[in-house]
Amino acid sequence: MKLAFSKTIESRTENLRAVRELIGGAAKDFGFSEEDSSKIALAVDEACTNIIRHAYHNRSDKNIEITVYAEKETFEVRIIDSGDSFDPEALKPVNLKEHLTAFRRGGLGVHLMKTLMDDVKYRSVSGRKNEVRLTKHLPQ
Amino acid sequence: MTDFKINHREGDGVSVIELKGYLDAHTAPQLENAFQTLLNSEKYNILVNCRDLSYISSAGLGVFMAYIEDVRKNHGDIKLTNLSARVYNVFDLLGFPLLYEIFKEEREAIGRFKVRPRS
Repeated sequence: MKLAFSKTIESRTENLRAVRELIGGAAKDFGFSEEDSSKIALAVDEACTNIIRHAYHNRSDKNIEITVYAEKETFEVRIIDSGDSFDPEALKPVNLKEHLTAFRRGGLGVHLMKTLMDDVKYRSVSGRKNEVRLTKHLPQ
Repeated sequence: MTDFKINHREGDGVSVIELKGYLDAHTAPQLENAFQTLLNSEKYNILVNCRDLSYISSAGLGVFMAYIEDVRKNHGDIKLTNLSARVYNVFDLLGFPLLYEIFKEEREAIGRFKVRPRS
């Protein structure tokens, strides 16, 4: 896929708003509606929040690399961190009512990302890094 | 620029929390503090007016989940009003309408609290 742009941010929650604006703007420029652009921005917020909280355990001096690839109908955001790896398969499928009724916190971000995007994939990349790829296609 | 602001007012036995701006992992602790302050003062009838809430992520939703059990144990509730379509959509995607009462306007919600202490 063609590289559109890349940006590295520090793992601080105050950067989330700027990330949403960056990704939402890029999605809109690519041709997504306002609503779909907001969904993509929210999914990227969720991915970065999970990295800050769970991969870096709220340390604010680590890096998160965000790269956007765009080609034909496909918009893909790849997010790389070098923190603790995350195994989404270890998460049980979310039964929402049970989950909410049990008042458990966390885990909702991954569910939200999968709902908002067409595809969400986690993998390990070289140098003990983790990557999540968030993909959405333009509507036909 | 302030990302998120909370206004708190009391009336009719109900604590009204007005949210403004962006509720994400960065600003969620402010809402946690607001709920914790109410619980410390034994105020369990909580209405959250989201009229000026522009954005919510699961970190914000997690705050509602963290406090609802304690609030209901004390015969109170957290009810939500005035959600924009965009914010409601996120609540809906995570199934929140199953667990929380959501109203269009404050006055509809105020009458639905079970225990109404004398103001």
